[in-house]
Amino acid sequence: MRRANGHDAYDATDASAAADAREAPHARDAHNALTRAHRDEWARIVATLAKRFANLDVAEDAAAEAFASAAERWPSQGIPPNPGGWLTTTAIRKALDKLRRESTRDARHPEALLVTDTQPEPLEAIDDDRLRLIFICCHPALAMNARVALTLRMVGGLSVPEIANAFFVQDTTMGARLTRAKAKIAAAGIPFRLPDADDVPRRVSGVLAVLFLIFNEGYLATSAGSAPVRDDLTAESIRLAGLLRQLLPLDGEVSGMLALMLLIDARRAARVSPSGELVPLAEQDRRLWNAAQIAEGHTLVRERLASGQAPGRYQLLAAINAVHTDGNATDWAQVVALYYQLVRLDTSPIVRLNRAIAVGERGDLGAALALIDDLEPELSSYHAYHAARAHVLLKLGRIAASGDAYDAAIGLAGNSAEIAYLTRQRDHLSGK
Amino acid sequence: MQYLVNVIDYRSESGTAEEAEAIDAFNEKLIAGGHWVFAAGLADPTTSTVIDARGDEPIFTDGPFVEAKEWAAGLWIIEAPDLDVALKLMAEGSKASNRRLEVRPVLAPPA
Repeated sequence: MRRANGHDAYDATDASAAADAREAPHARDAHNALTRAHRDEWARIVATLAKRFANLDVAEDAAAEAFASAAERWPSQGIPPNPGGWLTTTAIRKALDKLRRESTRDARHPEALLVTDTQPEPLEAIDDDRLRLIFICCHPALAMNARVALTLRMVGGLSVPEIANAFFVQDTTMGARLTRAKAKIAAAGIPFRLPDADDVPRRVSGVLAVLFLIFNEGYLATSAGSAPVRDDLTAESIRLAGLLRQLLPLDGEVSGMLALMLLIDARRAARVSPSGELVPLAEQDRRLWNAAQIAEGHTLVRERLASGQAPGRYQLLAAINAVHTDGNATDWAQVVALYYQLVRLDTSPIVRLNRAIAVGERGDLGAALALIDDLEPELSSYHAYHAARAHVLLKLGRIAASGDAYDAAIGLAGNSAEIAYLTRQRDHLSGK
Repeated sequence: MQYLVNVIDYRSESGTAEEAEAIDAFNEKLIAGGHWVFAAGLADPTTSTVIDARGDEPIFTDGPFVEAKEWAAGLWIIEAPDLDVALKLMAEGSKASNRRLEVRPVLAPPA
């Protein structure tokens, strides 16, 4: 998979260093150490600096400069024994240098210079820093697309061009979006601290919404011309959900989100055929599913069940996906029961549509069609509504109506694999 | 820092006696917590006059500077250490006044 390599400077530097391996015997090791450090330490470093300097710009620039320094030095000077510590210390020094230069120019940051110690903080405090960083990036006062971009940049360490590429916007547009978000954080006084204890659950649900949005964009890309599955984005959102679970191990919805993503992503290899067509669940080759991810997801779901606490919506969605991935075929009666439980927490038309689909799969076609038709006023412009309707109508033998519904679905769908699947279904109907 | 809080409305002088009472109680709380700077209701936007004295002679025009479906029907200026505190306080203010609110930072005076 394509992983974020972070600051662009070190790619170039590293490539030239690797080219002359005789002079730099550690180039390959250094590259690997740097990639690992970037994955494991980026958020920690940005979070530590953000707290210390109360400024995301300073934190981001200094972290990027520290990685660029490492790319320059590690191949020739060797990998430091504690790469994370080296990078943090270097980043702090870079930030202080920059603020010192600025303060001699216009005396804007004299207070920052008072902080000069570079002692590493205890691990617990740093964990809090990372959590704090996530809450800042996902602050409800920011627009959703800004939250997504900030989280991928500050917590995930993706470069601006990578994020721009993921969401099909120009680099300059994405850069401006990030700059505006950081400016609002500073100007509106969004604080660099954890929310009050009684606010945490509400704020966590906002964080989870951001992670799920990133995941969904990866799993079923809606942008025209994109690959049907963006595994860079699904992998990144799973990694971020894992990080959040480390930081909030007792939050059931956080575990539920991680389990949900794992259980959906586990089916990735079987989901799109070699010809680029979406393969429905029942027709997927289960041998292609990722067994390790399924096992991990099932463990998390069982853990949540054992907790005895009432499940939230992500836990219920995870449980539904656990049923889908258990045994050789889906137990639709269980899925229907779980959807009825979910509708009580989340009455959104999408959830009701999925419940209707499950009712149809269980075999109650008439009931399923009635449930789907009820959603017409809310979902008539949503391709999945028409696709679900087409499927049920077909099973009921109402071929002409089914064909019309497939046409409507094809006209509204945005994902190329989905369009290919729907088109084949429709053409199959008309005997083409 | 200080925040300007606009009370959003689409009707004129629509406050009820219960709302006035709830707003008074909320203001007492702002004062007790050291957050209160200023608060006032505003007359209907049709009572506004726009002044343009950038030319030689000031020109006065009847009506608000922008025609909108919604407008500020009142305002608070509050003191809060950060946005989270301001949002938490004004969530109560929204309940008390039974209106949507817009919270906007006041720029700090130049040092």
